[in-house]
Amino acid sequence: MSEHRPKPMAFEAPIADLEEKIESLKALSEQGEMNLTDEIANIESRAHELKKDIYSNLSPADIIQIARHPDRPNSLFLANTIFDQFLELHGDRLYKDDPSIVSGVATMGKQRLVFIGHQKGSNTKENLYRNFGMPHPEGYRKALRMMRLADKFSLPIVSFIDTPGAYPGLEAEQRGQAEAIATNLKYMVTVSVPIVSFVIGEGGSGGALGIGVANRLYMLQHAVYSVISPEGCASILFKDASKAPFAAENLKITAKDIVELGIADGILDEPLGGAHYDPEAMAQTIKSTIERDLNTLGKQSPESLKTERYTKFRQFGAFE
Amino acid sequence: MSILGWFAKRDRIVSRKKAGGQSRLDIPSDLWVKCFSCDATLYLKELEHNHKVCNECQYHFRLSPEERLAYFFDSESFVEHYDDIKPTDFLNFTDTHSYESRIVASQKKTQRADAAVVGTAKIEGLSVNVGLMDFAFMGGSMGCVVGEKIALITEMAIENKHPLVVFTSSGGARMQEGIMSLMQMAKTSGALAKLSEACIPYICVLCDPTTGGTSASFGMLGDVTLAEPGALISFAGPRVIEQTIRQKLPPGFQRAEFLLENGMVDRVVHRKEMRSTVAGLVRVLGGGQ
Ligand SMILES: [Zn+2]
Repeated sequence: MSEHRPKPMAFEAPIADLEEKIESLKALSEQGEMNLTDEIANIESRAHELKKDIYSNLSPADIIQIARHPDRPNSLFLANTIFDQFLELHGDRLYKDDPSIVSGVATMGKQRLVFIGHQKGSNTKENLYRNFGMPHPEGYRKALRMMRLADKFSLPIVSFIDTPGAYPGLEAEQRGQAEAIATNLKYMVTVSVPIVSFVIGEGGSGGALGIGVANRLYMLQHAVYSVISPEGCASILFKDASKAPFAAENLKITAKDIVELGIADGILDEPLGGAHYDPEAMAQTIKSTIERDLNTLGKQSPESLKTERYTKFRQFGAFE
Repeated sequence: MSILGWFAKRDRIVSRKKAGGQSRLDIPSDLWVKCFSCDATLYLKELEHNHKVCNECQYHFRLSPEERLAYFFDSESFVEHYDDIKPTDFLNFTDTHSYESRIVASQKKTQRADAAVVGTAKIEGLSVNVGLMDFAFMGGSMGCVVGEKIALITEMAIENKHPLVVFTSSGGARMQEGIMSLMQMAKTSGALAKLSEACIPYICVLCDPTTGGTSASFGMLGDVTLAEPGALISFAGPRVIEQTIRQKLPPGFQRAEFLLENGMVDRVVHRKEMRSTVAGLVRVLGGGQ
C-alpha cells in the first residue's frame, strides 16, 4: 500500500484495527532489541487475508460508500493520467460552462479522441464548485457539443460516468434539464464514431445515461449504476430513507448485477479495497481497456457502429 | 351515445369503464363531482361533454387512454397493437409490497397489462400512429413494457409512414424494474432518432404529469411539443427540488405555462382545441394520408 492512507469506512474497521497493531509492533521493534519480525509478518498476512475476505463480501450499501469515497479517482485525475495530452474545452455556447462535466480533446499514443466525464470534487470547496458532480442542462449541452465535434472529425468518444444524478434544482428545470438529457440520448444513438463509457463511481439515473449511450460500457468493480439513488427509492417507496440499504439490494446496482443484466460489457477490477488505494493502477487498467476497445471498434464502419449501438439498446427489456 | 362507446374494441372498453372509470377520476358513483382545483360542483355528464375540463376554472382532469381516444380521434378509428406484451417481476423487487402484487393490483384496477396503449388511429381523417399512457397504472411509470411499446409503435411509423402522436402521463422510470427501466429512455430515444432520420413527424402532447425518465426521453423529443393547460412537466419532481434547495417553489413552477414561457414547449393547448391542433400539425408537417 502506498503511504497515502484513505480514511477507513465502517466496514473497514477490523482492518484498520489490525493495521494499527502492526504499526505499533513496528515502532516497538525499531526502538528496542526485541525481534518482532515473525509476529509482524504473521499479523500482516492475517490482515491481508482479512482484507480479501471483507472486500469480497461487500454489501451493496458498502459498495456505494466506496463508489462515493471522496478520495476516489475522479474524471480529471484519470484523464490527466491516462492521456498523453488532455486539452479541456469549455462551455455550451448557449448559457455557460458547467464545471460538473469536463470535456475536451485528448491523445493517447497515436489515438486521438474526445473525452467527456462527470466531475466530482475531492473536498468540500471543490465539490461546491463542481456541484457534487450534478450537472445542469448546460453540462449536457456542452457534452452534446463535444459529441458533435467528435462525429464531425471522426474521433472516438470516451466518457466517464460519475454523478449522483442530474441536478434537481430550480434553474436546471427552467433551462430544460429533461430536454437536455433527452436530446443527448437521441443524438448518441446516431453518432458514427465509437463510444466507450466507464462508470467510474456513481452512475445516477438519467444524469448518468445522458453521456452513456455507448458501444461498450464498463463498470469499475466498486462502481454502481442505478435508476434512482437507494436513498431516493427508500424515501419514495418506503417513506423512510433509512431503508436505503434494503432498497440498494433490491435495485440491483452493483457492477456484478449490471453485467449480469447485460447492461455493461465487463467489470474492471480495482486495487484491493478500492480504486482510491491505488489511483495510478486504476488509471492503467482503464487505459488498457480504452486502447483495446478503440483498436477493435476503430476497425468497424461508421454504419456498423451505429447499428450495433442501436441494436444493443433496442433489445434491453424484460417482459412476457 | 356515450363518449366511451366511440371505440373500435367496444366490449373491452365497457368492462374497463366499470373497473377503472371510478378510481381514475375519484368520482362518486352519483351524478356530481367536485372540481379538484376550484371545488365547483360539476354535473358529470356535462363534465364529460366538456372533455373533462371544469367549466368554472378550466382545470383539466386526468384522462384515461380510452377517453383521449374518444375525445381527440375519429370515432371507431383506433386499432390497438402489441396489447399482448406483459410486465414481469424479473428482479424479484420488493418494497412495502412485491412488484408482482403491484402489477396484479394495477392490472385489476385498469384492465390493461401495463401503463401504455399504442396503435393506429385517424384524426380528422388523417392516419396516425398513437401512443397513450395511463397514469392509473403505477403512476404511468415507464418499465420495459412501456419502453417496448413506444419503440414498437415508433418503428411501425417508420414502416407505415404515419406521423406519430404520443400523449404522455407518467411519473418517470419504474423503480421496480431497476436499471432496465432506465435503459428504456435510451431505447425509446433511439427509436425516435430513427424516425427523425426517416423525416416522419413526431408530435408529443405532455399531459399531467410528465416527469423524470419519461420527460427526459420521448417526452421532450417531439418535432412539435404540446402541453395540456396546468400539466406538471419536469425532470425532477417538485418535492425533490424543495428538499434539495430547501425552499418553497413559486406557484406555477413546472406547469405547462411555465414551460411555454421558458421556451420548452411549442403551445399549451386546451382540450377543446386539441383535435384540430394535432390534425393541423399533421397536415402541415406531412404524412398521414
Ligand atoms: Zn374548477
